[in-house]
Amino acid sequence: MSRLQTKLSALKVVGKTALIPYITAGDPSPKATVALMHLLVEKGADVIELGVPFSDPMADGPVIQKAVERALIHNVSLDDVLEYVRVFREQDMETPVVLMGYLNPIEAQGYEAFANAASSVGVDAVLTVDMPPEESKGYLEALQQANLDRIFLVSPTTPDNRLSAVNEKGSGFVYYVSLKGVTGSKELDVEDVARNMKRLQQSLNMPMGIGFGIKDGATAFEMAKIGDAVIVGSALVKLIEANQSKGSYDIHLAIGKKMTEFRTALDKADALKGQE
Amino acid sequence: MKMDFSKYPDEHGHFGPYGGVFAPETLMAALEQLKDEYASVKNDPAFLKELAEDLQNYVGRPTPLYYAKRWSEHLGGGKIYLKREDLNHTGAHKVNNTIGQALLAKRLGKKRIIAETGAGQHGVASATVAARLGLECVVYMGADDVVRQAPNVARMRMLGATVIPVESGTKTLKDALNEAMRDWVTNVDDTFYIIGTVAGPHPYPAMVRDFQSIIGREAKQQALQHENKLPDVLIACVGGGSNAIGLFHEFLEDDSVEMYGVEPAGLGLETGQHAAPLCKGTPGVFHGNRTYLMQDKNGQILGTHSISAGLDYPGVGPEHAWLKDIGRVNYVAVDDEEALQGFRDLTRFEGIIPALESSHALAYATKLVPTLSKDKMIVVNLSGRGDKDMNTIAQIEGIEF
Ligand SMILES: Cc1ncc(COP(=O)(O)O)c(C=O)c1O
Repeated sequence: MSRLQTKLSALKVVGKTALIPYITAGDPSPKATVALMHLLVEKGADVIELGVPFSDPMADGPVIQKAVERALIHNVSLDDVLEYVRVFREQDMETPVVLMGYLNPIEAQGYEAFANAASSVGVDAVLTVDMPPEESKGYLEALQQANLDRIFLVSPTTPDNRLSAVNEKGSGFVYYVSLKGVTGSKELDVEDVARNMKRLQQSLNMPMGIGFGIKDGATAFEMAKIGDAVIVGSALVKLIEANQSKGSYDIHLAIGKKMTEFRTALDKADALKGQE
Repeated sequence: MKMDFSKYPDEHGHFGPYGGVFAPETLMAALEQLKDEYASVKNDPAFLKELAEDLQNYVGRPTPLYYAKRWSEHLGGGKIYLKREDLNHTGAHKVNNTIGQALLAKRLGKKRIIAETGAGQHGVASATVAARLGLECVVYMGADDVVRQAPNVARMRMLGATVIPVESGTKTLKDALNEAMRDWVTNVDDTFYIIGTVAGPHPYPAMVRDFQSIIGREAKQQALQHENKLPDVLIACVGGGSNAIGLFHEFLEDDSVEMYGVEPAGLGLETGQHAAPLCKGTPGVFHGNRTYLMQDKNGQILGTHSISAGLDYPGVGPEHAWLKDIGRVNYVAVDDEEALQGFRDLTRFEGIIPALESSHALAYATKLVPTLSKDKMIVVNLSGRGDKDMNTIAQIEGIEF
């Protein structure tokens, strides 16, 4: 089993919901990323989702768009992101790292070269927003051969007939996009998520993470009752934006506090689930 | 062996290695629905009849194939004919496509349409069909383009559309497309996205091509009427590539017909300040399909430059990428200065003020035609008229309003 699969099944055994925070690599500057990753782990992250900056993040809302722009001022490339993971692994061999981004930077490296490089620095899984299972020939095999998990998205609009491809081609977990929209958008409809998750869980044979639009502890609590993992991105990235002029100390303080809010909410939900 | 171009794209939207559906999951169901709906209407006599009637009575088709006699004689090569897409209602070829997609939107019961626009011609054509069908219309336009194509912004607003200036990225067409995608992901249930060129995920490149192919079908008949033969050379400008494929497609299997797609070389192909992915780019994945792109070695999409907002785009329709690779179409480029000269020439020799986009095709004709023998017949796609470019030209020429 991969590091990601091992981690998620160990959490399942003890009845814990995985907390998966997202940050954009290189935001607000290249030297910030590894320290932020360690901070996230210290504050209760079970898995880290690291965003690979892309010039045209068409599935992201304004918060992550701006994070990507901050990173690209420093020309942060896919190679740089892999280097951050390598340095992170010098101190943390346990926390799984998922790369999240768009296909073109991976295309530019070539699927095999990328997969081998990513695997060798200690990346565990890859999620490519604009790569549906239908187009994944070649990409899939390359990741598989390098023992990288393949995370696919499913959404409120995903029809049942597309789920078997996700089962067949995905691994690690399935990322449920909790709303119709871009990252960081509007209010989540908890009942709608619950209804859809029920439908999806019947057909999907992997743990399910829920992400997009989870802003605070209260929403995270509701999501933890439904899914195996909760993914939070814009809520954290927003704090980098708000505190960037003050420096890394303030960024760490703000992110640490927000992470504690999420972790506490998940633990509370897990305790409730344990009683049932 | 003769190629059967009607077989492309395959059922998954691939033109050889190009095209496909590289879209966020939330859109996959909508794209599938659109694909099915389009497949069911494209040979449906009732749909085709409605489309043909709209094109005739509302758009004003067929557009003439006009012999540009004085300009041809000046250049001293073959006979240049202009396919007068500038005479369409709303002033460009774009409306051929929006009429078709709006009929689809109506059939799918969508109440709201969105569009991206660069020069504003596609935005105007979308706002126009929305007004006619009583649909809500939102147009995304790069903030820089809002300034340089101000007359079209005013037209869209008069037609009742909401124009949203896009401030992200390079503030041009590609960023408008990103923002339209974000809107579509958010409002996919009630919204139809009318893409304005042969790019985007399948089925758009094929569907937009089919709607634009009326240009080439008419031109073929008209060439036979005028000269009793097929044209020897076709020339069209290439932004996303819809007017070019619209002219070319009908002729792809006619081996004697040479074709030139003209990209904008901006300040010069060597300067990097251009928007010519077919001439200078490399393959990659962007805006839902695999195609030639302007990108750096890390796969980041590069900013582009062209004097013409409608050509200022770092990608190109996947069918063109494939036609380049198989060698069926030649892709060339002319720079801003040459395009301006093309603009002046047509204006002064023929009394026709062309769009700056179309001026690229005209400029290439001024280079090519003098090298051809007098018996050659050249068709240049005059994709649009220049009213929208008055500000830009007046500024350059020092003409005061
Ligand atoms: C008059 C005109 N010609 C050409 C274009 C370029 O688009 P395409 O390459 O899809 O024909 C535009 C786009 O705005 C246009 O307005």
